[in-house]
Amino acid sequence: MSDCLLEVRIRKQLRSFALETAFETGSGCLGILGPSGCGKSMTLKSIAGIVCPDSGTIRLKTDSGHKEQIFYDSDRRVHVSPQKRKVGYLFQNYALFPNMTVEQNIAVGLKHHADRHRIIREMVERFRLNGLEQQYPGKLSGGQQQRVAFARMLAYEPKVMLLDEPFSAMDTHLRERLRLELLEVIKEYPGISIMVTHDRDEAYQLCDHLLLMEEGKVIRAGKTRDIFENPATVTAARLTGCKNISRIERLGEYRVKALDWEGLELTTMSKVNDSITNIGIRAHDFEPLSESEAAKIRSCEDSNLVPVQAPQISEMPFEWYVMLQNGIWWKKEKNMHVHEAKEIIPAWLRVKPSAILLLQSGQAKRDR
Amino acid sequence: MDWSPIWISMRTASVSIMITFFLGIFAAWLVVSLRSETIRTILDGILTLPLVLPPTVAGFFLLYLFGVKRPLGQFFLEYFSVKIAFSWGATVLAAVTMSFPLMYRSARGALEQVDENLVYAARTLGMSEWEIFRKVRIANAVPGIVSGGVLAFARGLGEFGATAMIAGNIAGKTRTLPMAVYSEVAAGNMERAYGYVAIIVVIAFLSVVLMNFAGARADKKRI
Repeated sequence: MSDCLLEVRIRKQLRSFALETAFETGSGCLGILGPSGCGKSMTLKSIAGIVCPDSGTIRLKTDSGHKEQIFYDSDRRVHVSPQKRKVGYLFQNYALFPNMTVEQNIAVGLKHHADRHRIIREMVERFRLNGLEQQYPGKLSGGQQQRVAFARMLAYEPKVMLLDEPFSAMDTHLRERLRLELLEVIKEYPGISIMVTHDRDEAYQLCDHLLLMEEGKVIRAGKTRDIFENPATVTAARLTGCKNISRIERLGEYRVKALDWEGLELTTMSKVNDSITNIGIRAHDFEPLSESEAAKIRSCEDSNLVPVQAPQISEMPFEWYVMLQNGIWWKKEKNMHVHEAKEIIPAWLRVKPSAILLLQSGQAKRDR
Repeated sequence: MDWSPIWISMRTASVSIMITFFLGIFAAWLVVSLRSETIRTILDGILTLPLVLPPTVAGFFLLYLFGVKRPLGQFFLEYFSVKIAFSWGATVLAAVTMSFPLMYRSARGALEQVDENLVYAARTLGMSEWEIFRKVRIANAVPGIVSGGVLAFARGLGEFGATAMIAGNIAGKTRTLPMAVYSEVAAGNMERAYGYVAIIVVIAFLSVVLMNFAGARADKKRI
């Protein structure tokens, strides 16, 4: 099962836009990152067969492409029921059956399996559910419920595992620990996994490949690290957590004027061609400089100095969030016990030319 | 004191709740699984009608349909040699008609409250649709269905208006407890009326206690 490929090419009219998505993915974890209501969940539900798209195809190739299973094909009028697809789905709220014990929940998909007792025992061991077998899901904690949901899904030995915002129902502390657990599950899982999320940290940590979606369209696909390093479009930059994005006026091959930041002029490292409409700077990519330090480099063309005047400061446990008067966000790490912001506010901020992301507006309608 | 109204009432209420229970669940499932919003609304209106109509009006319709000279009444008389109007069967008919909306609405509410994701999850895990209906939909709707059943039972036991119209008030045959209370008061036998009233109050109270007890037990298991 190591060589498998899932091909998805579907169209479905949703309330306010049409979902039109096409991608293929092999073993490993693919992340679908996008804002709420962009059609991510609908894509997963179509793959699982819970909803039926309007047109398109969904196919799964296994055994190095020798075997092909058609899940859905509008031309051939094929819509295989979810029962026959062997696609596991982890729901946001886990959808454990409240009327069944943990053990019964895990056993649901194993009705005709000769080895059911052995598999249940294995799953209980693997997901550390010992002692909870006879409990009802309502009595379990969020983390335990998630483990039961994984045990139930993996006991069924799905060829594809779909994860719909697996951590949205959890508090921060639990989320970080469970992400590590999920990382293990994904690594051990031989099939294809697809995870939907709107959290960039989750996507970065868990997925080798990413698909960025907006309003039903795939706007970017590629390796996770590449996309974070070079988002290339405004939407991608925003989805990967870039806080500062400005429209630009091109001044030269390596020189731009940021229209949304009070006409701040900056030098870039990469060449600015005509298709570039915006630039982005991540909030962590600024370097604080004192008046004297700034004076030394002011004459350089690539000094990229930003004056700090009338900053708005808000304190987070481990970071300062600083918003400058021109709308730029700067985040600076701090210690828990530091509460006085005055000393850390510099006279100037500097941004390296290499830290400036060159972006295209992507869709034409975004130009407005 | 004449004990026959107690016996008649218990028989009527027991038989009618068995019919209402399954009919109500079936109707609820039918309405829930309808795709067309319009048909669903209209059907829901018709099925709920006996709840909002004055019982005598509902009884009037029953008489209109099942009277000896009416189409359905003729049909039963000719093909099954069963006379419905003013027989014991008519008390059951009236009780079923009047208690049905309570059962139907409770079951519908309970079925609709079952998280649709549970059904989806069951499908992706390979459960058949029939299994899903029994083990997921119905099983998770049990508390609502049970309380609907108890309410419908109590409603059937207390049925008066429609029963008077279609079954009449024939002593020893169609005189149920509520009928007996009415008759005794009308005849000025207050002593006897007290007895019947006391029995009805006890049964009604026990029903509600039973319902709460069953509901609490179902909740305990889950939370």
